Amino acid sequence: MKTVLVVGGTSDVGRAVALAYATAGWCVQLAGRDGPGLEREAADIATRTGMAVTTHRIDILDTDAFPAFADTLPALPDTVVSVVGLLGEQARAETDPVHATTVMRSNFEGPALLLGLFAERFLARGHGTLVGVSSVAGERGRASNYVYGAAKAGFTAFLSGLRNRVAKRGLHVVTVKPGFIRTRMTAGMKLPARLTAEPQAVGDAIFRAAETRPRDVIYVKPVWALVMAIIRALPETIFKRTKL
Amino acid sequence: MSVELSGWGRYPVAATDLLQPASAQAAAAMVAGRTGAIARGNGRAYGDAAIGEETTVSLLGLGRMRAFDPATGWLTVEAGVTLAEIVAAFLPRGFFPAVVPGTQFVTVGGMIAADVHGKNHHRDGGFGDHVAALDLMLPDGTRLSCSREQNAELFHATIGGMGLTGYILAATIRLIPVETGWIRQRTLVAETVADTVRLLDAAQDATYSVAWIDGLARGAALGRSLVYLGEHATRAALGGAQVPYRFGPAAKAGPGVPFDLPALTLNRLSVAAFNEAYFRLGAAKAGPERLVGWRPYFFPLDGVADWNRIYGRNGFVQYQFVLPAARSADLLPDLLDRIAQRGSASFLAVLKRLGRGGGLLSFPFEGHTLALDMKMEPGLLAFLAECDRLVAAAGGRLYLAKDARQTRSTFEAGYPGLARFRDIRRRYGLEGRLASRLSRRIGL
Ligand SMILES: Cc1cc2nc3c(=O)[nH]c(=O)nc-3n(C[C@H](O)[C@H](O)[C@H](O)COP(=O)(O)OP(=O)(O)OC[C@H]3O[C@@H](n4cnc5c(N)ncnc54)[C@H](O)[C@@H]3O)c2cc1C
Repeated sequence: MKTVLVVGGTSDVGRAVALAYATAGWCVQLAGRDGPGLEREAADIATRTGMAVTTHRIDILDTDAFPAFADTLPALPDTVVSVVGLLGEQARAETDPVHATTVMRSNFEGPALLLGLFAERFLARGHGTLVGVSSVAGERGRASNYVYGAAKAGFTAFLSGLRNRVAKRGLHVVTVKPGFIRTRMTAGMKLPARLTAEPQAVGDAIFRAAETRPRDVIYVKPVWALVMAIIRALPETIFKRTKL
Repeated sequence: MSVELSGWGRYPVAATDLLQPASAQAAAAMVAGRTGAIARGNGRAYGDAAIGEETTVSLLGLGRMRAFDPATGWLTVEAGVTLAEIVAAFLPRGFFPAVVPGTQFVTVGGMIAADVHGKNHHRDGGFGDHVAALDLMLPDGTRLSCSREQNAELFHATIGGMGLTGYILAATIRLIPVETGWIRQRTLVAETVADTVRLLDAAQDATYSVAWIDGLARGAALGRSLVYLGEHATRAALGGAQVPYRFGPAAKAGPGVPFDLPALTLNRLSVAAFNEAYFRLGAAKAGPERLVGWRPYFFPLDGVADWNRIYGRNGFVQYQFVLPAARSADLLPDLLDRIAQRGSASFLAVLKRLGRGGGLLSFPFEGHTLALDMKMEPGLLAFLAECDRLVAAAGGRLYLAKDARQTRSTFEAGYPGLARFRDIRRRYGLEGRLASRLSRRIGL
């Protein structure tokens, strides 16, 4: 039986990913910071699917603890999915370096180092799949969220480089750019319906891209590819005058 | 956040604060200090039961399952889990809820609070009869484990208590083993209302039974109906076509109750034409047993999204009452005749045989229950008030989960457990703190 490790397991997307894998008959290792929250999601997934689900504590900012974390897992997973992220507040990040650092480390440093560590172990074993949930915000820095966007850009570049290095050695690396998702993180925001995905659709799309119809980079809603192509193509002289 | 809310019948509409906690802890923090508050599940009660007097607390965020024991069939879930989720997770593993209402888009909390009845009430009781334990939160945040042994009084008041005893956070409910997702259905034709009642009463041993009455037929055909009896099909009973789909076709199954219509405009003619066609089609299938998938059998309307909108902007009410078994034969014809005379645009009325009741305020008792939809229009409220008098005089009662308009006196006449219910509310300090539009209207 195959096993997936989902890091960020108590988020709406993390839960959806874990449920998609368990529904397909995978064992799940659910990892995150919030112990009671993890137990609640693990019981839910196990009860719904009948699959074995274990829980594991990890703080994505505590990078020193990563090797020990990986060592204590009951088994080296076949797939690791990182859905860790922190939107933060752009305005605060502009004047509060501590907050800016937390946003950068949560979206880039932590997830990148963690997937990097599993990449080494997967290489030693000879196979494995790594999935990083990045963001369309990483494709171009915008006034409204460039601290978050820059960190995601770093993560996207890291995944791309990692894929370039390990593709010939049996590893599969997937970059996911979900666009807007209806979650607790975006509760109360006005989201355009056509561009907004439900968490379960993101979970199912990730499972498909990673396991059934392998892809390298996916947008969950295909329309995002078009939207971002236009945003990327705008010359900087024009872009700097826009309000995005 | 203040919003306008209504029940499934879209009448009445009322303004209320809406709270949406994502967990039990969040719920405790949010309700602290609130008055005039009520829990809400998926809003499938027809009237104003799930609209708080001041505050409505949506418990859909409590949507996690906790544990399942396949040896006993006991499933523990948070109260916001829907019946649809339970069927999706457990039917493929050979389990089905012991009692289900006519839609799967209801929550476990809502099913307990209304003590919903299925087509098997005469045999298996209400949903509440298959609840082993529940985790109840009082408005001050106190959590109590309730069962037939522990806090038993509160347990019996909560089943059918319409949210007025506290917030159900989680419950342990019974699933029964089934070999397939198919139902062996037998259709009987009843030419009159007396026939209908007789056929239902004679079918006490059938697991499921229900009659679809032509609510417009008059004279000699008054109360004509198709009586459907059903049994869970065993594996051996499946024919070649069903074998690959042991737990029922994934999508909407073909035959069964033909309900793909409501593009029709609702007027007396189109409804009469529909009912006529329905009867001919149904009668043609009478006799031999047929296999029907679980969806069309239990949840015929779920395939038509938002069908409650066909009654227009003003909404509709569902009129559902139960009459003591001994009184049905003489009172049903009178009531059906009044309804048919008025020609209220109701497609079909549903008549069921109910068995013994469960909780203090549970709707069911030994008798016959009739339910039918009526479009909200001038004169309807006065007409139904007249019907109420007949029902109350015969010792009947109206279903609170469907109610949007009965008066306090009708309610008080129909529910003798009321005094004890009020006493429990007083002793636990719930009065004023838990109140819905319904409870305020009927003086609970
Ligand atoms: C198409 C259709 C068919 C139906 N068929 C049947 C049927 O065959 N038999 C039958 O009995 N009913 C039937 N019903 C009615 C339905 O089953 C009940 O109204 C049920 O209570 C709705 O559940 P809900 O989760 O939508 O609850 P809501 O409508 O949101 O709330 C209903 C009541 O439950 C209370 N409540 C909800 N959640 C909680 C909680 N967690 N804790 C405390 N109180 C809570 C509310 O305060 C309210 O009083 C039908 C309804 C529809 C729309």
